[in-house]
Amino acid sequence: MTISDPTRAAQATPALTLDAEDRARIRRRKLERTGAWALPVGLLALFVLGWDWLVVANGIPHFILPRPGLVASTLVNDWPMLSSALLITMQITMMALAVAVIGGVGLAVLFTQSRLVEMSLYPYAVILQVTPIIAIAPLIFVYVDSHIVGLLICAWLVAFFPVLSNTTLGLNSADHNLQDMFRIYGATRWQTLRYLRLPTALPYFLGGLRIAGTLALIGAVVAEYVAGTGGTGAGLAFRILEASYRLNVPRMFAALILIAVTGVVIFVVLSFISHLLLRKWHESAIKREA
Amino acid sequence: MSASAAGHRRTVLEMQGVDKTFGGDVEALRAMSLTVNDGDFISLLGPSGCGKSTALRLIAGLSEPSGGRIVWEGGHEIGDLGVVFQEPTLMPWATVADNVWLPFRLRGHSYNEVRDRVLEALKLVGLERFQKSYPRELSGGMKMRVSIARAMVTNPRIILMDEPFAALDEITRFKLNDDLLMLKDRIRCTVIFVTHSVFESVFMSDRIVVMAARPGRVVRELSVDAPYPRTEEFRTSAEYAALCRSASEALREAMGEHA
Ligand SMILES: Nc1ncnc2c1ncn2[C@@H]1O[C@H](COP(=O)(O)OP(=O)(O)OP(=O)(O)O)[C@@H](O)[C@H]1O
Ligand SMILES: [Mg+2]
Repeated sequence: MTISDPTRAAQATPALTLDAEDRARIRRRKLERTGAWALPVGLLALFVLGWDWLVVANGIPHFILPRPGLVASTLVNDWPMLSSALLITMQITMMALAVAVIGGVGLAVLFTQSRLVEMSLYPYAVILQVTPIIAIAPLIFVYVDSHIVGLLICAWLVAFFPVLSNTTLGLNSADHNLQDMFRIYGATRWQTLRYLRLPTALPYFLGGLRIAGTLALIGAVVAEYVAGTGGTGAGLAFRILEASYRLNVPRMFAALILIAVTGVVIFVVLSFISHLLLRKWHESAIKREA
Repeated sequence: MSASAAGHRRTVLEMQGVDKTFGGDVEALRAMSLTVNDGDFISLLGPSGCGKSTALRLIAGLSEPSGGRIVWEGGHEIGDLGVVFQEPTLMPWATVADNVWLPFRLRGHSYNEVRDRVLEALKLVGLERFQKSYPRELSGGMKMRVSIARAMVTNPRIILMDEPFAALDEITRFKLNDDLLMLKDRIRCTVIFVTHSVFESVFMSDRIVVMAARPGRVVRELSVDAPYPRTEEFRTSAEYAALCRSASEALREAMGEHA
């Protein structure tokens, strides 16, 4: 016996003819795709030109507002110093994010396995989250000797909560009928976690991860402002502070650009990872025909 | 399945005066007794809230009776039961084949060990070509077929179905009705089928258990003696029309009793 589904048969009819409306739609889509990068780039060019014109036309000194060209050449000339600072900031951000992921997911799993643990710990997680990091940071540097470890703790503190709360929500969102199905087939707690709750939580977790990635960078930067000292482990934020004391505005801009670019890169990379993991099945990652 | 064998069928499961009360005052089920014989196709027919789903959940072991007993003849193990809910209830992150693999996977069988059985089940529902697809790529009817394949794959003695086709359009529904009967005949299992539809219950079952609400209880049992396989001819026969009429009457009575 073979059974063919009637709805499938209907879909199999190929669309051979493209009418005017289809062609218009394809054209529009092409236009949109080009526009998505062309418009922001065009705007940037316009902005830079406007900036340059503003400085030249008003004769603004470079220690107040440098010309874009000067910022660019500073970026190149100071690259050895800036790149090592960038490396430090990146390292702290990434390490903090990694620990936030491990801690956040681990704690979320613990929460779903034991109500008792959740009830005892969740309020503290919330308190840590709602207290501004800038207010906690000075204390941390009182107790922690290592500069790097202090930065790491601050960045972790801000990055940790989105991972925890999103993953907890995801783990608790498992479909009730599927949970029943698992019970009927005698699934163990571990199996239900592994094959049902964790996959359900994945999209939620990835959403939290994207937020955590940018927050970790913010945490790393803010903490360095508080820490003040640089020494061997000077990151981008310290370079900005240092440059501001010396009225080296071009370098401030150069470092600022690096921070912004780092944030964008983190966001784009995490979005891409998220897309890769979900593209097969999750609504958020599926392209639909209009 | 011949009607003559019906009298000598082995009992598979018995509900003995089963009560189920929720929160102390909602009597979802009162004194339900039902003897399920090997090879039966039983429909539970009744208005909303009469405890049909509750009865299935009790049989599935998803909740415990407040009173009475549910006895499996000769005991039972996990693979003896398959369940199909109203929703296909598939894991969206898993392929069709992986979804059907689930019952085995949860008992520690690798995919390779059971691949033949998974593919066999998919073949039975006509979806072997779609084993690598994800649920979202399938139509509603096809998803339901996957769900049926998963319920069948362990060769269960009883398959419980809770309004499995209620959300489908009528054409798909008729097709699935036919196919389900063929499947049942082929794998020789027992089916307990919950439905709102008089027509569906008459077409599918050899026994119709009519239930009433508040408290949920069994009020009548009708038997449908028409032989299997049942075809389009049966759907248009006078016998079918007469059976539908008496089932409707029984259902109306059941609803009238409480009104
Ligand atoms: N978990 C529960 N807690 C409290 N009451 C419940 C619960 N499950 C079911 N009930 C109640 O028990 C009664 C029977 O419910 P059940 O879902 O078995 O009805 P049903 O016949 O399946 O109805 P439907 O056709 O609408 O699916 C209803 O009054 C319902 O509100
Ligand atoms: Mg129900």
